[in-house]
Amino acid sequence: METVSTDVAIIGAGGAGLRAALALAEAAPKLRIALISKVYPMRSHTCAAEGGAAGVIKPGDSLEQHFDDTVGGGDWLCDQDAVDYFIAEAPKELLQLERWGCPWSREPDGSVAVRPFGGMKLMRTWFAADKSGFHILHTLFQTSLKYPSIRRFDEYYATELLVDGACCRGLTAIEMRSGQMRRFDATAVILAGGGAGRIFPFTTNGAIKTGDAMAMAYRAGVPLKDMEFVQYHPTGLPNTGTLLTEACRGEGGVLLNKAGRRFLQDYGMGPETPRGHPVLKTMELGPRDRVSQAFWQEQKKGNMLPTQWGDCMLLDMRHLGEKTINERLPLVRDMSISYMGVDPVRDPVPVRPVVHYMMGGIHTDLRAATPLPGLFAAGECACVSINGANRLGSNSLTELLVFGRRAALSALDFVEQKKDAKPLVAEADRAQARLRELFQRTGGGETVAGLRKEMLQTMEEHAGIYRSGEGLGAACAKLAELRRRYRRIELHDKTNVYNTDLLQALELGSMLDCAEAVVQSAAARRESRGAHQRLDFPARDDRHFLRHSLATYDAGGPPRISYQDVVITKSQPGVRDYSGAHA
Amino acid sequence: MSRAPYERPITSEWIFRHPRYLRYMVREFSCLFIGGWTLLMVWGLHQLSQGPAAWAAFLELLRSPASVGFHLLTLAFALYHSTTWFNLTPKALPVPFIAAAHYAGWAALSVVILALAL
Amino acid sequence: MSERAVELEVLRYNPETDKEPHFQRYALSCPQEWVVLDVLNKIKESVDPTLSYRWSCHMAVCGSCGMMINGEPKLACKAFLRDYRGTIRVEPLRHFPIERDLVTVIDDFVAKLARVKPYLIPKEPPPEGAEYRQTPAQLKRYKQFTLCINCMLCYAACPEYGLIPKYLGPAAIALGHRWNLDSRDGGREARQEELAATEGAWECSFVGACSEVCPEHVDPAGAIQQVKIESTVDWYRAHLMPWTNKQK
Repeated sequence: METVSTDVAIIGAGGAGLRAALALAEAAPKLRIALISKVYPMRSHTCAAEGGAAGVIKPGDSLEQHFDDTVGGGDWLCDQDAVDYFIAEAPKELLQLERWGCPWSREPDGSVAVRPFGGMKLMRTWFAADKSGFHILHTLFQTSLKYPSIRRFDEYYATELLVDGACCRGLTAIEMRSGQMRRFDATAVILAGGGAGRIFPFTTNGAIKTGDAMAMAYRAGVPLKDMEFVQYHPTGLPNTGTLLTEACRGEGGVLLNKAGRRFLQDYGMGPETPRGHPVLKTMELGPRDRVSQAFWQEQKKGNMLPTQWGDCMLLDMRHLGEKTINERLPLVRDMSISYMGVDPVRDPVPVRPVVHYMMGGIHTDLRAATPLPGLFAAGECACVSINGANRLGSNSLTELLVFGRRAALSALDFVEQKKDAKPLVAEADRAQARLRELFQRTGGGETVAGLRKEMLQTMEEHAGIYRSGEGLGAACAKLAELRRRYRRIELHDKTNVYNTDLLQALELGSMLDCAEAVVQSAAARRESRGAHQRLDFPARDDRHFLRHSLATYDAGGPPRISYQDVVITKSQPGVRDYSGAHA
Repeated sequence: MSRAPYERPITSEWIFRHPRYLRYMVREFSCLFIGGWTLLMVWGLHQLSQGPAAWAAFLELLRSPASVGFHLLTLAFALYHSTTWFNLTPKALPVPFIAAAHYAGWAALSVVILALAL
Repeated sequence: MSERAVELEVLRYNPETDKEPHFQRYALSCPQEWVVLDVLNKIKESVDPTLSYRWSCHMAVCGSCGMMINGEPKLACKAFLRDYRGTIRVEPLRHFPIERDLVTVIDDFVAKLARVKPYLIPKEPPPEGAEYRQTPAQLKRYKQFTLCINCMLCYAACPEYGLIPKYLGPAAIALGHRWNLDSRDGGREARQEELAATEGAWECSFVGACSEVCPEHVDPAGAIQQVKIESTVDWYRAHLMPWTNKQK
């Protein structure tokens, strides 16, 4: 097997992976860095993020307030020491991006502009029109071209981490164009492979969000934390699932039921604010979990607009005017017209909640280190946790930068202390053999598309915005069954060059692991908190569940669920108040 | 190992793949006529230097049907080339009214030349 | 939901089994409002799992799904069935070697992108603890050229690139120009060597196809002509006013 020897291997070249690579290249110019991604970096899903990245810069704002918004928004499941670190680093990271040339939108005086965003008391979301993630990604990628020490392995699909008893020592990856497996010997590995939204059928996530990094860590024995917390973004297009940014509401857009009436005030987010003059942290600028849950409740009452793609609410932006929409929401306008045939300047756009982000992920501490020495993680695939039970919009793009860098520094520390490197040849050969077995398998009877469809159906039906013990039990059983049937998948395509049947089979394996972690963790958490809502346990239960769930791999069976306390420092669990009363 | 990237051969069929390519080639092709006309003018100058008989013969040539046909075609190509060129100018020089300025200049110059000719 | 009959003719190529690419026909029934990408996904899922192609975001921002649809370079996620009649011909993006089926080898573009130094080369150091100031007008000047999603439709449309593979190409030049126009940047001279080379902007004969097919309205053709003018001015200044040249 061809091998690559490197000091640090980064899996995933989106915002977090690229930021880690840059941090390493700048801190240690002689360090060998391998940046490995199953897609070319500019295809990473960071490009689809629209709204912006939060960081305190304006007078009148304070780190304290960003902290409070985040911890409250996360329904007190955030580790407060990590949030403290995150909040403080946020403005520095966003400023660094500006120094690298990111085209942030500006105030008339030339300073960086900020916009209002859901769940935030004050405006602190830096933005680049409505393509913030796109501009951040391209700024990072183009800047990375400056550093020859960042060696890229584009379109390499990482399959397994190589672990000896004590630490992680590298990985195996398939060079997609040739189908050949390579062994990467690395002193430290940083996972930055993104989330797993594709386990649900209606999602803003692109095809590549299949939880491969999460699954790799999981199978190497690293627990997945808080997987039950899946965020629904309230405003996705009902046919494609693609995202209409929260900034639509930040700029003043409102949500209407089929009668053309705003309804969020009926669900604790009132009183109704004047149209076009949003008040932060109430009504349409409430946090995503509350808004999505309000949709579900309103839908139960029969007040949602039935469309050919299911029930929808209406996102009305007409009162913003053509000029504002073209300036601040051009992508939104383009997408609504192209995919829905609706021009937001003239008509309200039908939208509905779609899966968007996974608060949970690979268990790391606030230094982005996993419990496995030599393995670090950052970005959506990781769970520090700064987002707790529900993430505030615009904290995620910042999270990529802060923890991308943090993981890099931790990895660098680790590399500088480590003396021995031991290529794990036998482990790599075993990984190769496992792949070969899948390739050569005949008569299995199962197909990638077939199992995937069943997984999607199960998740949609039983692991949605509102869950029940019965439903989750059914989902757990179903996913265990799918896990077993997965071993009988047979490939239609058994050739080597750019075999996407194989790719999708491997991605399905990752998704099944992630999905099982989600439903098992959800079944065990008998309370409602943030994005995890149980019809049979509708209240928050701090006494038993002010804790992170940890789903640990147990070969051949469902994950073992255990718990870990949340770090509480300054902010004691309180009531999440998104009514106008707090203003 | 088993990779064999395939390079599709390029033929001149690209010109006919979309009207925009044909229009482009017509625009570029115009240079043949305009170049030919320039050569004709140089020839005319040369004939002028050869005395009144040569000059008269040249003017006779210009009046021939072939020459008239050639001039009409050249005028058409020149107009096509000029208008496409002027319309594209704002892309190269994003200055307000630049295309209009070109047309205005063209019109003014044409008036002057016509006045001189008549 | 109303459906319609759809017939795709897709260019297939597997180097392990094929000497050359060949067309394969697929006929199925699909919802009217679908895009070609949705049809490809349905084919892969229920008819032919061996079909390989790139895609991700389905919202025209990742740039993965560029391909030739009825001979025109398009993003498959934005090629609406409603705009097509009869059999739809789907081929990999032109002017790039075919790796497999609809997947092309894009190494050339990736290398060219790196050559134009598409990153900030600051004119001056940033203010202490604060951002560079950039007014909305200054941002507007280069903003449109930042929108390139690297989909390479422009390379497929450009006959120069097809005939002269050494040509830097529309997107790379437009991205170089994006940084030249950024008020914070002072790297125009550093990029000159690539942008003003014979295979740089000067290879362009202003066909304009690139701008016509660009899904993000970046207008690379405009960028290239502007680079031509800039580099001409720079050349004359450097030669007629040598005292203004920076110390090497």
